[in-house]
Amino acid sequence: MAQPLSYLKESASQTAGPYVHIGLAPGAAGFDIYRTQLGEEIVGPDAPGERIRIEGVVLDGTGAPVKDVLLEVWQADAAGIYPHPEDPRFADCAPGFRGWGRVITDFETGLWAFDTVKPGPVMGRNGRMMAPHVSFWLVARGINIGLNTRMYFEDEDNSADPVLNLVEQAPRRETLLARKVGPGLYRFDIRLQGDGETVFLDI
Amino acid sequence: MKPAEFYQRDRFLQPPALTPDYKTSVPRSPRLAMLSLQGSMSEITGPTFGHSDIDTIDNDLIRNYAKTGDPVGERIIVHGRVLDENGRGIPNTLVEIWQANAGGRYRHKKDTYLAPIDPNFGGCGRTLTDDQGYYYFRTVKPGAYPWRNWVNNWRPAHIHVSVFGTSFSQRLITQMYFEGDPLIRQCPIVNTIPDPRAIDHLIAPLDMNAAIPLDCLAYKFDIVLRGRRSTLFENRLEGN
Repeated sequence: MAQPLSYLKESASQTAGPYVHIGLAPGAAGFDIYRTQLGEEIVGPDAPGERIRIEGVVLDGTGAPVKDVLLEVWQADAAGIYPHPEDPRFADCAPGFRGWGRVITDFETGLWAFDTVKPGPVMGRNGRMMAPHVSFWLVARGINIGLNTRMYFEDEDNSADPVLNLVEQAPRRETLLARKVGPGLYRFDIRLQGDGETVFLDI
Repeated sequence: MKPAEFYQRDRFLQPPALTPDYKTSVPRSPRLAMLSLQGSMSEITGPTFGHSDIDTIDNDLIRNYAKTGDPVGERIIVHGRVLDENGRGIPNTLVEIWQANAGGRYRHKKDTYLAPIDPNFGGCGRTLTDDQGYYYFRTVKPGAYPWRNWVNNWRPAHIHVSVFGTSFSQRLITQMYFEGDPLIRQCPIVNTIPDPRAIDHLIAPLDMNAAIPLDCLAYKFDIVLRGRRSTLFENRLEGN
């Protein structure tokens, strides 16, 4: 018999359920308990870059907005630097830039929105640059394991992006593009299922 | 870039998106194949947290929302380690929990279950692991409650757990169940997980060694996040 491999197995995911707000954004659940709610400020007041707002809805397979979803976003600063020690340019990250946000939808409409700065391009694998993008992770009742996706900007040059170009069916790349709908305002709708289903990522 | 990538997620152990016995997954599950990515800077980095983000009382659910006295219910400690698949503790990472009160009701404007709200129980807590990956919470044991799936489904007592790790690709939300609960094997949400061993890993054993005499019981719950190859060294090109 071969020797056993002693690696552990990742804990299995379970749905965040309908009351995820209690744990991760109790203010949205209707009560204040902590001194700070985490993830409300992504960039801080002093970070340089173009200030933008991104908004959208998450739609289910019937086309209805999902009103209990919680989204987290993760992005580089305007110079393409992540505020994380494993980014080689970490020391030059914009002061006060957190890069991480936690976004709650409106319980009545399902609309979410967050304010940030437009990220810069980031170095990808093998020295290939990735177009500016924001990473998304979303959880909700009925979603058994958090869904990862990316949002790109329609007004950037995305033609050489190595991740977008991995999407075999070219029309599906459109599902990862945010539309510019106003000055500094982008719209990014995520479709869980059906026509125009968003490309989700197994990262 | 440093090749400090994460092991591939084991999708045979994780619940699939479409699990018809858990009805809400039917309209909320993607049907097309996911796009598999090798990790890039966007995945191997992730948010970091420090003690300035949270308060020391945040992990004590018996006290962090108490208004007129202690919450009702069986007092418990929930403790354990956050580990990676290599068995290494993950230090200084954020663990957040939320749960129903002892009657099985959540403090949420959308929860209308018959059980009363406990005026002294908020139902959420958060903490950072120590330098060995240890965490602990003090709380009350949550109650089971009915939910609309099949006509007579009940959720076993459970605590929701959210963990970050060191990268965006390690992000995990799961649920902790309690040893000995007969509702666990009947639960359509538990049973979204195909592998019975993976379910067993979510069931915390009673830990009498950590219980405090004449005060509270304890349950031990270790959480495993994805492992990664270690940083590449020039004299050790294979990584680990």
